[in-house]
Amino acid sequence: MNHWLTAPILLPLLGGILQIFMSFAPLGLRRTLALATTTLILVVAIGLVMLADDGSYRIYAFGNWAPPFGIVLVLDRLSALMVFITALLAFFCHIYSTRGTDAMGRHFHALFLFQLMGLNIAFLTGDLFNLFVAFEVLLIASYGLLMHGGGSVRSVPGLHYVVLNLIGSSLFLIGVGMLYSVTGTLNMADLALAVREVTPEDLPLVKAAGMILLVMFGLKAAILPLCFWLPQAYAAATAPVAALFAVMTKVGVYAILRVYTLIFGSEGGPVADLGMDWLFPLSLLTLAMGVIGAVGADGLRKLVAWQVIISVGTLLAAFSLSTAPATSAALFYLIHTTWITAGLFLVADLIARQRGTAEDRIVTAPRMRSRTLLSILFLLGTTAAAGLPPLSGFFAKVLILESVETGTAMAWVWGVIIVGSFLTVVAYSRAGSIVFWRNVEGHVKDPGRLTLPVTVSTAALIGMSVAIVALAGPISEYTDKTAQQLHTPSMYIEILQTPMVGEEVSQ
Amino acid sequence: MEIMFALVIGALTASGVYLILRARSFPVVVGLTMLSYAVNLFLFSTGRLATGAAPIIGKVENYTDPLPQALVLTAIVIGFAMTAFVVVLALRSRADTGDDHVDGRVDYEAPKDDAKKSAEEAK
Repeated sequence: MNHWLTAPILLPLLGGILQIFMSFAPLGLRRTLALATTTLILVVAIGLVMLADDGSYRIYAFGNWAPPFGIVLVLDRLSALMVFITALLAFFCHIYSTRGTDAMGRHFHALFLFQLMGLNIAFLTGDLFNLFVAFEVLLIASYGLLMHGGGSVRSVPGLHYVVLNLIGSSLFLIGVGMLYSVTGTLNMADLALAVREVTPEDLPLVKAAGMILLVMFGLKAAILPLCFWLPQAYAAATAPVAALFAVMTKVGVYAILRVYTLIFGSEGGPVADLGMDWLFPLSLLTLAMGVIGAVGADGLRKLVAWQVIISVGTLLAAFSLSTAPATSAALFYLIHTTWITAGLFLVADLIARQRGTAEDRIVTAPRMRSRTLLSILFLLGTTAAAGLPPLSGFFAKVLILESVETGTAMAWVWGVIIVGSFLTVVAYSRAGSIVFWRNVEGHVKDPGRLTLPVTVSTAALIGMSVAIVALAGPISEYTDKTAQQLHTPSMYIEILQTPMVGEEVSQ
Repeated sequence: MEIMFALVIGALTASGVYLILRARSFPVVVGLTMLSYAVNLFLFSTGRLATGAAPIIGKVENYTDPLPQALVLTAIVIGFAMTAFVVVLALRSRADTGDDHVDGRVDYEAPKDDAKKSAEEAK
């Protein structure tokens, strides 16, 4: 039992409740308190990464109920890493939002913090039904955030997003119900044991449940047949929200990674590596689809939204190979892509603010006031996202390419990723050259100045591409160990033997 | 009882899916509600169907699994909140775009739909 595990959940919960009660307080006070909460979450997240780095599993059992019966939070390297990625991203997005996004609606800070709470529950929980609850918590907050700022541009993509996710939730419940009806447990560690002893007549049910869950996680992660909602919704959201949503698809990726290494992993007996043969071609198709979308995008925000889909395709292609080196490389890519895509959303917003009615559309427009700074940020961000040296995207992609074992899989992964990266470069250079180089005479009415918070937060997220390269050694060491931990589920299962509080006293 | 139960779940799911595919916001909302009813019943049945059994171990001889009931309660609460939200959102989308099509297209096959509506009214 480690009580620190509840901190990333309790902090945003209490902070969010506080925001609701003081929704009529002065904006400055609400901002300060909300930013203080996010900063605390970041500090706790760093603490959790350091805690998890010793490789042991820590659990927190709610109400001191022993694991298969109660709900547990589990901290391992992967959970800690995901909590940290989210906390750092949220910190900068939150700073960015203080420029005016949070003044567009009274409940921005509360929704933002509840969103963080949902994300953190999803990353820390060790119970499948609790994962459903976490998804619902983060979704309902995200519905509010997506609509934030109002306007008819947001209501239609918002409706699509909500309806699709409600259908997804139904699928999740069906999958969970089927698993429970056969195994009689929902604790992930206990499920991993139970699916190995499934009788042959129940096996099709378990397999069907696994595939239904994969479809549902695929919807969250936006893989190919289920990804068409994403560009519209993300392009319509306000910038800090779109940037925070860069981690939303990663929740789906995380769920796939967790469930399909632990429960349906290589040690899963009759259900070993379930669905991975489907996931592999689908993720490569997703990558291709994302690249096609990026080349055809008519606005910068849409371009970056398609980049989200490209990164999901790349991530899942590497995960579906189910080898430790590939998983490690994909985790490295996950860190890079979450921060950089979020940074690009912020850059696109800064550009849109200075171009008047042209907004973020890739058309000629009058010169921007802060053209030099914005173009440098755009160049750095897109170089990293497309995977050109010397920034983080290059190293992440090289790690993924290196991790693929020789064979047909290698031909497919190398081919799709390299051709895809090339076309991404084309898409970005086309967008950048039109937006920055082709200017027309005239001036934009009230282009707005860059203020310190937005510049710092955007530059910090884009600057992560340099930081990741500088710290590539420790990061890849961490992801290597994470991948090893993930591919030995027997260690995770040992959390079932963790003594509860009273038992520790009696020993 | 099992056959009856399964048929009810199947009918609810089929109607729900059909209504969602209608692509008009009101049928979609009703369809989502039906789908969530079907899912709730399905979850309830995962603890096996038993008549006259209390979910308490040790007090009665014939007991039933309490966990699915807890799960269903959670799912009902969440589903209810989500439905309320999607109703508001559908109304908002209708007001913003002037059409109840989920894509918000005002000109979406308007004459054909009018013809259908007038045909229905004539009936």
